Amino acid sequence: MSTNAQKRGFGATIWDYLTTVDHKKIAHLYLIAGGLFFLIGGLEALFIRIQLLKPNNDFVSAGLFNELLTMHGTTMIFLAAMPLVFAFMNAVMPLQIGARDVAFPFLNSLGFWLFLFGGLFLNLSWFLDAAPNAGWTSYASLSIAQTGHGIDFYALGLQIAGLGTLIGGINFLVTIINMRAPGMTYMRMPMFTWTTFVVSALILFAFPPLTVGLFLMTFDRMFGANFFDAAMGGNTIIWEHFFWIFGHPEVYILILPAFGIFSEIFAIFSRKRLFGYSSMVFATVLIGFLGFMVWAHHMFTTGLGPIANSIFAVATMAIAVPTGIKIFNWLFTMWGGSIRFTTPMLWAVAFIPSFLMGGVTGVMLGSAAQDYQYHDTYFVVAHFHYVIVGGVVFALFAGAHLYWPKMFGTMLNEVLGKITFVLFFVGFHMTFFIQHFLGLWGMPRRVFTYLPGQGFETSNVVSSIGAFLMAAGVIVLLINVVITSVKNEKVGNDPWGDGRTLEWALSSPPPYYNFKQLPLVRGLDAYWIEKMEGKKGMTPAEPLGDIHMPNNSFIPFLISLGLFIAAFGAMYHGDEGNTWGIPVLIFGLLFTLGSMFVRSIKDDHGYHIPKEELIDDNDKGVKA
Amino acid sequence: MHVEEKMTVETWPAAPEKQTLEAKNKFLGFWLFLGGETVLFASLFATYLALKDSVPRSDMPLAKDLFEIPLVFAMTMILLTSSLTSVYAMYHMKNFNFKKMQVWLGITVVLGLAFLGLEIYEFNHYVHEFGHTFTSSAFGSAFYTLVGFHGAHVAFGLLWITTLIIRNSKRGLNLYNAPKYYVASLYWHFIDVVWVFIFTVVYLMGMVG
Repeated sequence: MSTNAQKRGFGATIWDYLTTVDHKKIAHLYLIAGGLFFLIGGLEALFIRIQLLKPNNDFVSAGLFNELLTMHGTTMIFLAAMPLVFAFMNAVMPLQIGARDVAFPFLNSLGFWLFLFGGLFLNLSWFLDAAPNAGWTSYASLSIAQTGHGIDFYALGLQIAGLGTLIGGINFLVTIINMRAPGMTYMRMPMFTWTTFVVSALILFAFPPLTVGLFLMTFDRMFGANFFDAAMGGNTIIWEHFFWIFGHPEVYILILPAFGIFSEIFAIFSRKRLFGYSSMVFATVLIGFLGFMVWAHHMFTTGLGPIANSIFAVATMAIAVPTGIKIFNWLFTMWGGSIRFTTPMLWAVAFIPSFLMGGVTGVMLGSAAQDYQYHDTYFVVAHFHYVIVGGVVFALFAGAHLYWPKMFGTMLNEVLGKITFVLFFVGFHMTFFIQHFLGLWGMPRRVFTYLPGQGFETSNVVSSIGAFLMAAGVIVLLINVVITSVKNEKVGNDPWGDGRTLEWALSSPPPYYNFKQLPLVRGLDAYWIEKMEGKKGMTPAEPLGDIHMPNNSFIPFLISLGLFIAAFGAMYHGDEGNTWGIPVLIFGLLFTLGSMFVRSIKDDHGYHIPKEELIDDNDKGVKA
Repeated sequence: MHVEEKMTVETWPAAPEKQTLEAKNKFLGFWLFLGGETVLFASLFATYLALKDSVPRSDMPLAKDLFEIPLVFAMTMILLTSSLTSVYAMYHMKNFNFKKMQVWLGITVVLGLAFLGLEIYEFNHYVHEFGHTFTSSAFGSAFYTLVGFHGAHVAFGLLWITTLIIRNSKRGLNLYNAPKYYVASLYWHFIDVVWVFIFTVVYLMGMVG
């Protein structure tokens, strides 16, 4: 028996997760934390829908409604969708390229703790003061004028969480460039790895503008700067530009991994190689590139002028081309395949028409002249929920079912999975389809109520019922997770039977060192090739040898904690009579710097798993 | 090659910063990080250009009133020289000459401190002679944020290089710390390049228009 399989106490398990640098465990952390924030964001959405159930409703006050809609958007984008995407990237990408871990295991852990502390900070706003209330975009003219600390929580919390994301992006880029197994050329990488790669590049270049934007807002609100104060020479449009230079790539950061997950699913459950693989790669890169060229389509009504609007409108519509390439490739992958409608495949098939509708309304919104009509109505709300829920959230559900056995060693129940699918799918279209029309009829977004007799009543009831169906679907999924975890029936390497890529060649879950010997990759869908030739597993590319592993570390937690403490100091120091703000700010920053210093001066060479132990693992009971 | 192996001039490889997988990862990861930093400073430059000379009252100082070329030219020369001395240090690292590398890095730190001292003097001058502060106008906020971010990078770089010098003073060069020295010098060059742009965009362009 290897040491890692021994039974351990609860405290030891907690400590293990607090200090882990193993990408598979960090994936668990991302999944759990992202899942919790997803539930919180979902609850906020339900409150919004209850408030809008009938005209002149007073379920929540107007102020609370503003907080709910701000925190719903912010939580879902930054604290739910991003971390859940990161969970699958961490869990699967290193396995897909045949690596033993990511390039920087320590930074991987640091990225997670920064995200978690940033998310906690943001959500503490509910209890400590007031939650952010200027919308998830937090436009400067409004957010600078807000009293209280709500916006401060937004600016500082996202700053900390965003730093973690940036670190994660660099880590994945280096992992994919430097740590592919022998034979794993770029054009043999699985589609999910490709999308991870492109997305990491987007993160690298899209997050710094957000960092700067948040700094400017922090300085303006807490340190007396005047970037956005027109009376002092400032300019609020700067915030809009930075937010959307980040914000538009951000939606591709979310949707491209979703495309990756669906590409895997279509190939696996059609038992066919992905149609047009190289055009898929090309389309992914092109979407990533064009994603940086279109940010001002969020600002058509800002008044940048007809020339700027036209250029950005044309660039926006150009993105429909590579996206269309992808849609057709998925359809052609299914064409003539032997399709199995498992739960992941149901989500994938449902994704195509749902996302396509979001894409079509996107082209409508991308036409600058039309956008003046749609702007700030429920039409926009319907559009982005069709792409984000119909694309990203569907992919997260599909990915959870697909990769659950690889992450936890046991399969989610298929019957319950299909019930989740039906409830959520029906609920989703019920909630958001009608909102297109509400928007066209003139219902403005972000307003806490509406008057009777304007023709909005029935549609809002339909929309709210749909939201509860989605909630029911999520509850069934939670029940499914509990039942599955209690039963804990272990599965083999390739539980779906048709796995094509390297992760399915490993046990479920994989051993902590992933690959005993690095595999030799002989083509696209490496594991499928071996299976087609009647082999049981991958051919090793190296002799059995000692494996070098990184040590666990508690320092990532401490580095993140320091910034968390500093953020409180920065936020409260300007309050009347506050004397502890600046000392706490300095203490927190020194705490972070000190932790980095300790990390820097302590040599950490990791450890080696001796060859002998690996042989033991292989043939149980036989001593080498 | 093992990272903890005791090295000699004969066994020291040509590219000591890229011998192990960890070192290769660090090398590439740091270049990518600098790519992100470039976007960060580009955003700050954009903010500065948008808010340059944007003041609430006409009696407040503008760029052409504030800047004096002799001081910033001296700062530029000092920082450029410190980049050169860090190149010498890396030259000696590649030749496994630990002592000389440490000395040249020490000179780099001294020059960096001189730069920082002049910058503090400069800011102090603007605040007390002109009333040009972080909070006095949007121009002031943008100026101190851009130049201050650069200054903070210099300060962090000094702490970093000093830590490296002291931490490794007793044990010499090996393949574990060679990449650490190398990326620190990369960072130092990056700071220098950013300053070249600040000198051009903020000071030279500030003087002429």
